[in-house]
Amino acid sequence: MMYFGERSITRKTTSTLVTSSLKPIVKAALASAMVVGSATAADPVTVVSWGGSYGAAQDAALFNDASANTGIEINRESGASMSKTCLQVESGSVSWDLVVTGSGGGAAAAAKGCLEKIDFDVVDVSDFYPNLYTDYCVGSDVFATVMAWNTDKYGEPGSDGAPKTWADFFDVEKFPGTRAYRANNVDGALEPALMADGVPPEEVYDVLSTKEGMQRAINKIRELKPNIAVFWESGAQQAQLMKDAEVDMSTGWNGRFDNAKKDGATVGYSFDQALLDYDCFAIPKGAPNKDTAMKFLAEVSKPEYQANLPFHITYGPTNQKAYELTTAPKELIESLPSHPNNVPLMLPVSLDWYAQNRETALELYIEMLSE
Amino acid sequence: MSKTSAETVVENNQTGNQFPAVSDDNRVALAEQEKREQWKLLSLTFPALVVIALVILIPVGWLFYLSFIGKAGGFSLENYQKMIEYKSYARTFTTTFQVSFLTTLICILLGYPLAYFLAQLPGRWVGFFMLAVLLPFWTSLLVRTYAWLVLLQRKGIINDFAINMGLWESPIKLVHNMTGTLIGMAHIMLPFLVLPLYNAMKKIDRDMMHAASNLGASPARAFWTVYMPLSLPGMVAGSLIVFVLCLGFYVTPAVLGGGRVIMVSTQITAILENQFNWGAASALGVVLLIATLLVLFIAGRVLKLDAALFGKS
Repeated sequence: MMYFGERSITRKTTSTLVTSSLKPIVKAALASAMVVGSATAADPVTVVSWGGSYGAAQDAALFNDASANTGIEINRESGASMSKTCLQVESGSVSWDLVVTGSGGGAAAAAKGCLEKIDFDVVDVSDFYPNLYTDYCVGSDVFATVMAWNTDKYGEPGSDGAPKTWADFFDVEKFPGTRAYRANNVDGALEPALMADGVPPEEVYDVLSTKEGMQRAINKIRELKPNIAVFWESGAQQAQLMKDAEVDMSTGWNGRFDNAKKDGATVGYSFDQALLDYDCFAIPKGAPNKDTAMKFLAEVSKPEYQANLPFHITYGPTNQKAYELTTAPKELIESLPSHPNNVPLMLPVSLDWYAQNRETALELYIEMLSE
Repeated sequence: MSKTSAETVVENNQTGNQFPAVSDDNRVALAEQEKREQWKLLSLTFPALVVIALVILIPVGWLFYLSFIGKAGGFSLENYQKMIEYKSYARTFTTTFQVSFLTTLICILLGYPLAYFLAQLPGRWVGFFMLAVLLPFWTSLLVRTYAWLVLLQRKGIINDFAINMGLWESPIKLVHNMTGTLIGMAHIMLPFLVLPLYNAMKKIDRDMMHAASNLGASPARAFWTVYMPLSLPGMVAGSLIVFVLCLGFYVTPAVLGGGRVIMVSTQITAILENQFNWGAASALGVVLLIATLLVLFIAGRVLKLDAALFGKS
């Protein structure tokens, strides 16, 4: 910064000082506005995922290799969210090209008109499991919402006396201790409560399709609430709660618990009555590099990349061929949620139910949380 | 006003009465200079005013507008109707004001003695103790919040230590509830109260206290009738800053509240993330803004805020 002697600042110079110092700022603002407006196809594709062990696993298994093999440069960001995607689309300033989302969020964003239709001439899904892609979202991995517990306290999964079903999770007399459950988001929160209340898995979504059914699930959670020590907000928090032994049992995503176990946590889970769900890739409507993003999506959907994913996080491939190609040990493959042995144990999440009832269910759920 | 005084100058000159004319001349010149100065100040603040209009007034106006847009896209009151339909909205507002009020109260109880102590210290010690107040203030909010989590959780340092010492037998629930939230919030907000309060206390003339004792007041009486009222403006200013900052707080209640302390900001996030409903979220923001302004207005009436904040009598 230049030093002006006290005398040199006279009445005249103060006013010119202000205007002249503003000029470059205005110029810079105009210049940056023009740069944003003129993105070209040569720009790197902006790929947005989540933080923690999930994004790191995708980098290692999918993104880095796919980028090297196709020559498509990518710009990796974290903090993927369908609400931010819709905000970008509605405000006409889309900067993301390929975004990771949960299947439910993807369906809701598609219904709002925030996503581009997938071009299945470019993206080959012929080897995908059915129901793991939609017109707007292509499955990236299969995960399960499971109940996990501290194995020091309740025993290893499958051993005598270890918890087995959701009824055990909600039974604090048989399994005394603290619980963790989902906060401020109803995805995967009501189904376990109904199963614990005696509803067979195949009837869960029928019962939930009425307000009384939702209320029945919420009443069950309300009963457990005094024993729910923490309501978790993220996958990273699920892992942390089990590592710190802050709670004895928690709902959560299987891959996060496996990674917590790798870090030394005494945690176990089972796929019995778990919720089978998947994450997927979506392209925001009006994405600046839509066509390149589609090509990149086609590349990461190939079985040879998905075959590497289990090495980094225990989420299953969506492309069946990946099971043939993978070099992962048998034990690891059999621990994946989309493995044929495990799928029949679980309840597949119903996207239709979420499309129709998510909003009401969320209001009722938060009402119970705020009591 | 200036016109009439100019006329009097002319009249005075005509009558040849020199004395008041000179002083009137001065007054006119002074008034003109003052006017020029005011224009200059206004022109200097003009960029700031433009910025305020751009970053505050327009977005807040946009927020109001959005809150009246329904899901169908047209004008609608549905976002406000929903707040009456579901009890959770009233509850989160109650929680928000409860947390803010209790945090402010804790800050006053802790901060007043602390500021008093600082104000009594000799100059060379003030810097050291002030650093103890400011150092946490300069540390990232997230770091401090997670530090409290490490200290307070079930197998955390405090519970472990107390159980080893035999102070209590099984872990006490210190966090993931209202207690933990208040501990974290009070820690983060304390400097916002202490700094204005210390400033007000430094300005109190010690001789006033001496005069009070000289007139026979006990130390306690001298404190309550002389010192306390004089420090009040600083305390009110600090409390208001703390209270208003608390109303919009997000991170600390989210981390230390364990999902049980649901503030308005938490609910806004939930609606945005899960429903993509800008209208409903905006309506919550509008109600919080109006509630905050209402609190400030009432506080202003009751506590004579002008005097406290701007030193007017």
